[in-house]
Amino acid sequence: MTSYLRFFAGHVGRVVLALVFALPLVFMLVSSFKPDDQIFGDLGSLRAFLPVGALSLDNYTGVFERVPAARFLLNSVLISSITVVLGVIVNSLAAFALSRMRWPGRKLVLTAVIATLIVPFETFALPLVWWINQLPLLRVNGFHLEWTTGWMDTYQVQILPLVANAFSIFFFHQYFQSIPKEIDEAAIVDGAGWFTIYRRIVMPLSGPAVATVAILTFLPAWNSYLWPLMVVQSEELRPVMVGLSYFFQLNVSWGQIMAYSSMITVPILALFVAFQRSFVNSIASTGVKG
Amino acid sequence: MVFRTRRLAVASVAALAATALVAGCATGSGGSSTSGAKGDTLTLWTHNAGNSAELDVVKKIIKDFNGSQSTYKVELQAFPQSDYNNSVVAAASARKLPCLLDVDGPNVPNWAWGGYLAPIDVSGSEVPLSAQLPSTVGRYQGKVYAFGFYDVSLAFFARKSVLKEYGIRIPTLDKPWTKAEFDSALAKLKKSGKFPYPLEMGTGSLGEWYPYAYSPQLQSFGGDLIDRDGYQTASGTLDGKDAVEWATWFRSLVAKGYLSKKSGADPNKDFLAGKSALQWDGSWNAAKNAAKLGDDLAIIPPVDFGHGPKIGGASWQWAMSSTCSNKAGAQAWLKFARQTKYFVDYAEATGTIPATDAAAQQVDGYQPGGKFSVFTRFAREYAVVRPVTPAYPYISTEFQKAVQDILAGADPEKALGQATKDIDTNLKTNRY
Repeated sequence: MTSYLRFFAGHVGRVVLALVFALPLVFMLVSSFKPDDQIFGDLGSLRAFLPVGALSLDNYTGVFERVPAARFLLNSVLISSITVVLGVIVNSLAAFALSRMRWPGRKLVLTAVIATLIVPFETFALPLVWWINQLPLLRVNGFHLEWTTGWMDTYQVQILPLVANAFSIFFFHQYFQSIPKEIDEAAIVDGAGWFTIYRRIVMPLSGPAVATVAILTFLPAWNSYLWPLMVVQSEELRPVMVGLSYFFQLNVSWGQIMAYSSMITVPILALFVAFQRSFVNSIASTGVKG
Repeated sequence: MVFRTRRLAVASVAALAATALVAGCATGSGGSSTSGAKGDTLTLWTHNAGNSAELDVVKKIIKDFNGSQSTYKVELQAFPQSDYNNSVVAAASARKLPCLLDVDGPNVPNWAWGGYLAPIDVSGSEVPLSAQLPSTVGRYQGKVYAFGFYDVSLAFFARKSVLKEYGIRIPTLDKPWTKAEFDSALAKLKKSGKFPYPLEMGTGSLGEWYPYAYSPQLQSFGGDLIDRDGYQTASGTLDGKDAVEWATWFRSLVAKGYLSKKSGADPNKDFLAGKSALQWDGSWNAAKNAAKLGDDLAIIPPVDFGHGPKIGGASWQWAMSSTCSNKAGAQAWLKFARQTKYFVDYAEATGTIPATDAAAQQVDGYQPGGKFSVFTRFAREYAVVRPVTPAYPYISTEFQKAVQDILAGADPEKALGQATKDIDTNLKTNRY
């Protein structure tokens, strides 16, 4: 009986905890179908979380009338996806060199990489703007290519600065450490080079770490706001988070904000659900908590 | 092994070549000192992305300008207002400013001092600068850098029926509330038990709202954000006796339960829903309030706390960047835009105060005797522009922090003292 009660109490506790985390999302989704007056009217009761009243798709229609939401979504998917792919490749390669290969100074380099974690992005955002404005750029101009200078107002300026990531390198490093080094030695005896070991042995064994880094790279890329705001001027290149600030003007429409927020939250939730198992496994096995 | 060494050598050469390419090009056109135009095609930035009412007016002026002549073409890029300033600062650091841009009035001195803006010459345009409300012209060190099509005004909004019910006098322009009257009105409204917080002043809104909304009250007490005689110190004005008196009174509004420490997400909605009795708000909500409350709406002048009623002046204005590679084209657009019909369009679209009397004659409610014409008088008679110094953005931030602390319960004298100290240090460091 006691164990049954404990089991029941544990379940109740988990359900309550799940509700605490789920209710804001439910509120957002439900409110996205309600007119503004009703959103405020329902705030004092449980109706705020229920799909009741004058429900419609008006807020979603309003979103598409107010901002080029489809374009922003497409841009964010493109930017985040490429950042994730490049991030996994670049950071795992760096971590592989730091973790598996023996060369003088690697501990110092790892320490330096980890040390950069304490520097907030905002402190070097402006110098970075200056720097990216000095970089060469190959552009398509009509039917020919031309060299210009400066990456402002491009897709790549929203991708490349986010690729190399100290936390991802550290995370991969920790995970690679858990893979026995004897495997490398056996592979070398069989004639494999370092890149073959990386590609054929270490990476196939690091699925959970890849999934975790993918999620941890995707999130900041998707949520990126200050950086694109500083370096992108053309509306057609802007990501979703910059689009969100379009709604905070005079006469704020909270229904539209909820609708837009729902639209940009769904991809994140889908990604997390897809990689949830690997994410949890990987965090547990590396002992790294984000 | 030989193969690996060769691969390493090739990779090293490639890396060196890439580095050299980057370094070589870094001294190229990236260092160009002009921007904002490709030949006669000029770029224009505005803070109105997502705000279709005002954005449509900008688009209309651009379309009319592009159609009116064949030399220049202006192209629009709209940014969301919340971080528009960051975009401009970043572009300025990369020397990528557009030729034409809008700027919030209080920032004009800072952007002019920082070299972002160039002085403009709009003589010969349809509307002379002298016809505008003074607060709608952005000047710095005797030169004109910007002009606006409209201004906004602060006022108290209330329901006449509510004031009457509790025996509260409805103030007029000639006889605004005194501090004693205002305090008494708040006490009566609080005592009624009908309003959790009878006064709504948007304490939940951050950013420029704090200095815009609250520094006029500080000024009416006799204090100020900075000593305007030379703009070299805040000492004695921001931390003087009058300023501390204001801050103590401001804190007491929260302590007595008259004012929420942090207002809701939409204070105007709360006022219209009857949650608060008095709202200190901008003229931009007047039309909405009038539509909802009709003749019951009272537009009340600011309180005279001892040194006359005060409101903030200056709203968004148009300027030309100093790096503009086609200044003639930019000036042409600015001059073209200065037509009364556009002053009218702006005011109608945004519900703001037309910057000229000629435009006011054509805007519903703003004609002499119109229901919103009091705002024009507020702007003309009570407006105090925020300090005309490059230090203003810093002063604004420090004031925001101090007010937040005071609302949260900090000692008013200490909070203002700290802000004053920080502002003075900033002034000395930058030698403005």
